[in-house]
Amino acid sequence: MIQTVDNVALLPAYLAAGTAVLVLLADLLVARRGATVAVFAVGAAATALGAVLVGTAGTRRTFCAGDDCSYLAGGRAALVGCLFALLTLGVLALSAPLLRAGEVPPGEYCFLLACSMTGGVVLGAAGDLITLVVALETLTLPLYVLVGLRHRSVAGAEAALTFFVVSVVATAVTLLGAALLYAVTGAVHLSRLGAVFEADGTAAGGSELLDLPLTVVAVALVVLGLAFKVAAVPFHAWAPATYDGAPVPVAAYLSTASKLGGVVALLAVTATALPASATGPVLASSATGPVLPASVTGPVLAAVAVLTMTVGNLVALRQRRMVRLLAWSSVAQAGYIVAPLGALALSAGRTPEAFDTAVAAAVAYTVFYVVLELAAFAAVVALRPAVADGGEIEDYRGAARRRPWVGAAFVLALVGLAGLPPGLAGLFAKVTIVRSLLAGGAGWLAVVVALNAVVGLAYYVRVAATLYAPEPVAPRAGDAAAAPVVPADPGAPALPVGAPVPSAGSIRPSWAVVAALAVATVVAIVVGFAPQLILDVAGL
Amino acid sequence: MSLGRVGLVAVLALPALGAAVLAVLPHRIDRAARITGTAFAAAAFVLSVLLALGGDDNWFGYRPRTAGGPGVRPWHELDLTWVPGLDLRFHLGVDGVSYPLVVLTALLTLLCCAYTAWRVPAPGRGRTLVALLLVVEVGIVGTFLALDLVLFFLFFEVVLLPMYAIIAIWGGEDRQHAARKFALYTLFGSVLLLVGVFTVVTAAGTADLVDLTGGGELSRGTQLAAFSLLAIAFAVKSPLWPLHSWLPDAHTQAPTVGSVILAGVLLKMGTYGLIRVAVGVAPEGARWAAPVLGTLAVAAIIVGSLVCLAQSELKRLIAYSSVGHMGFVLLGVATLTATGIQAALIGNIAHGVITGLLFFLAGAIKDRAHTGALAELGGLRESTPRLAGLLGFAAIASLGLPGLAGFWGEAFAVVAAWRVGGPFWTTLAVLAALGGALTAAYLLRLLRRVTHGPATPAVLTLTPGLAGAELAAWGPLVLLALAIGLAPTLVLGYAEVPVEALLEAIR
Repeated sequence: MIQTVDNVALLPAYLAAGTAVLVLLADLLVARRGATVAVFAVGAAATALGAVLVGTAGTRRTFCAGDDCSYLAGGRAALVGCLFALLTLGVLALSAPLLRAGEVPPGEYCFLLACSMTGGVVLGAAGDLITLVVALETLTLPLYVLVGLRHRSVAGAEAALTFFVVSVVATAVTLLGAALLYAVTGAVHLSRLGAVFEADGTAAGGSELLDLPLTVVAVALVVLGLAFKVAAVPFHAWAPATYDGAPVPVAAYLSTASKLGGVVALLAVTATALPASATGPVLASSATGPVLPASVTGPVLAAVAVLTMTVGNLVALRQRRMVRLLAWSSVAQAGYIVAPLGALALSAGRTPEAFDTAVAAAVAYTVFYVVLELAAFAAVVALRPAVADGGEIEDYRGAARRRPWVGAAFVLALVGLAGLPPGLAGLFAKVTIVRSLLAGGAGWLAVVVALNAVVGLAYYVRVAATLYAPEPVAPRAGDAAAAPVVPADPGAPALPVGAPVPSAGSIRPSWAVVAALAVATVVAIVVGFAPQLILDVAGL
Repeated sequence: MSLGRVGLVAVLALPALGAAVLAVLPHRIDRAARITGTAFAAAAFVLSVLLALGGDDNWFGYRPRTAGGPGVRPWHELDLTWVPGLDLRFHLGVDGVSYPLVVLTALLTLLCCAYTAWRVPAPGRGRTLVALLLVVEVGIVGTFLALDLVLFFLFFEVVLLPMYAIIAIWGGEDRQHAARKFALYTLFGSVLLLVGVFTVVTAAGTADLVDLTGGGELSRGTQLAAFSLLAIAFAVKSPLWPLHSWLPDAHTQAPTVGSVILAGVLLKMGTYGLIRVAVGVAPEGARWAAPVLGTLAVAAIIVGSLVCLAQSELKRLIAYSSVGHMGFVLLGVATLTATGIQAALIGNIAHGVITGLLFFLAGAIKDRAHTGALAELGGLRESTPRLAGLLGFAAIASLGLPGLAGFWGEAFAVVAAWRVGGPFWTTLAVLAALGGALTAAYLLRLLRRVTHGPATPAVLTLTPGLAGAELAAWGPLVLLALAIGLAPTLVLGYAEVPVEALLEAIR
């Protein structure tokens, strides 16, 4: 059988993969850091543009078997592809000091980041379970290396190994679930799976498939395996160690882009756009329906959400290191992202309307979250010496007084993550979640989310207060303005040893980092005052 | 856009603009920046007073009541689309219930800014303090003006972090702890408010307070759930015993201006929310929970008074007295009668004026004597007779002497409870009256310890003079306490029609 391939639909993926190849060639032929980075930046921008242009021009499908297609370039693919490309661009900007210091080889670094971006771009368009898992692995594989890429870093190697082992187990779990699902239903295409379960649910004599224990196990395995990528409990333990051991920009990538990938995959298996009606440029116009049976995914996701946000918030309370605190807080944030889908646990949450709201709320929250999280990490990079790790929270004492604008942006991001004004973007994100839960009749889950927000404030506000606290009494004579941040004590037990102690040179951040921080902050402020922009894209 | 709408926006926009201007002014001109901020606060105050112009059921024009109208009839209204995806509209309005509170907020903010322009508490940076006060004003005034539930919640949240910063930066010795406690308690309240708001909004399909007042088509179950959530949320803010424990710490540790704003108007967000949102939107739930609310209110009066009798620190005593006074306000609300709700509204204003004044005076005494312990403050009238006289006036106003502002709210809350009748409410009325007597007891004890008796070493060194800025900040409050006491219709004249409308809608 000869298949026609719709190359236009694949354009964003071509652009992303092409970027990776060009980066490698540029590194090989020109061998100058500036050229490599420039090629990457142009490529990522082109990918974002391509994703938007292709996605908004209507839904294109390719690699089809009958009515079921493995590659769907529509509104969702446009949003995901564009977000991935922009996040990669942002992380590249944050990496500028790291690359300049020669701490990582620029060619490899950029190539791996571009490969990861390719996985993300394909992920948004994946129409079957195999493509989904392959895309997700393409997204994750380069990260194992990126986490441990720093020279002479034991912490990096440890982090990479932890990440690798847990990740492989999770992927195996997902694949096992997918295989079992295929055994039960004979389908791997998301649209086909949705149709099979829908027909089964409405068939006379009750649902046969769901009475099989194997089906339930298969669905639960797929969902739990994917929960790894969003660092949801119980697959969260890798996140703090990995984030803290990785270079800060890579940690930023893990907690934004990689997490986004997990959310997209989870949403893809719990709900997907029905191809027939997916015509518009935004997710809003496409009616959604469950792929895997909501009676199984709902309770699993509800339990995962409650555990994730509670554990994440409670453990974050005790963190002393900045990146670990952000890591645990991002675990908690993953719980909020998954929470709307937990409404599927109750039958009131399974009406088409409530289902649409839940999916849209999860998407909207994710978008708000990645913007704020990127801003927070950008601020960390801006406040630290070029090659240092995140350091202790105590190292940031008085940082906002020395650098008022960066400090203000950091506080805005933290307060946004806590969900309070003046971080209006975060406030609206929380409001979206609570509203969708109550619309889905899951009031108890809304109360859990709300109470977790209180716990969350406790540690965000601690960091914010530290930023504005009076300077420590330094024995150093004179100018506090030029005082470098005190590097972390590498001798602390049970903590990974940080980067080599940086020289007490200037910590003036590179313009790229400042630009990334400024853009992320401006975007956060704009969507804070006009959240409808994001809600429209998400479909609320 | 009519002038009224411009006024509504301007009352919010001016302080916000002021805060923004102060944020970009350079550090060098701190004093000029503080005065600029005060000018913005003054402009906002003038505008807030002018909001009464053009209203058609207040002094400036009487509209005969029409039966069956909506439960909220704003004088001016502004309704713009903001976030349709979250049922959020930028819907503002002012009526007789919110107007006195808006004016009080603007007045207290102006006085606090002026006070800060004269004296900046340690560790300095008065420019930032004035900017934060202006942001707090935006949040509080916005809460009073919002006629959209989601917008109400939004403004309710705006206050939290600026107030946290005010306590955490300019507070007393234990400021970090007090500020954190304040932030976490209040956030606990406001997240429940969020859930309660959306319980109502998703059930009713609208967030418009004008449409929702009276309960609309909400089922009994929804109303009970919504009222429980909203009542707890507002009870934390008000605060209602036993959810009050953030208050003494926050009020004691906050700088003078922080305490004044906290006690003067921040607590009123809770009682106002209870009347306008909780009772208005879920009347069925309010009737169901009224006995519980009444019991807790009376418990707050008694417990607050007893704790005050045992206090040995000036600011802490005044802080705890708020618990008792707000108990009277909540008792008035719990009766769900016209008398009770009017008593609550005037009690709100009176408490804001008098306790604001008390905190100003306590701050002045602590600034001079460097101690707040009652045992070390005897004989104040010998060294600073004017200060002692003002303190005596404020304390007597606070204990509810007829002819001063404190009287009307407390007396009529008791009357309202008595009029509801039945053994239960009669008992509550009697106990509340008893609590009133206890209030007198602890305030007289305060006066005896502080102004009378032999002068202590800390007091003897004080100079008798008062600064002009202090008189300017306190004078309006003294006059208001007297004016409202002699002519309660200053507040009740506005409140009569809207309270009737509310009660008609929830009947």
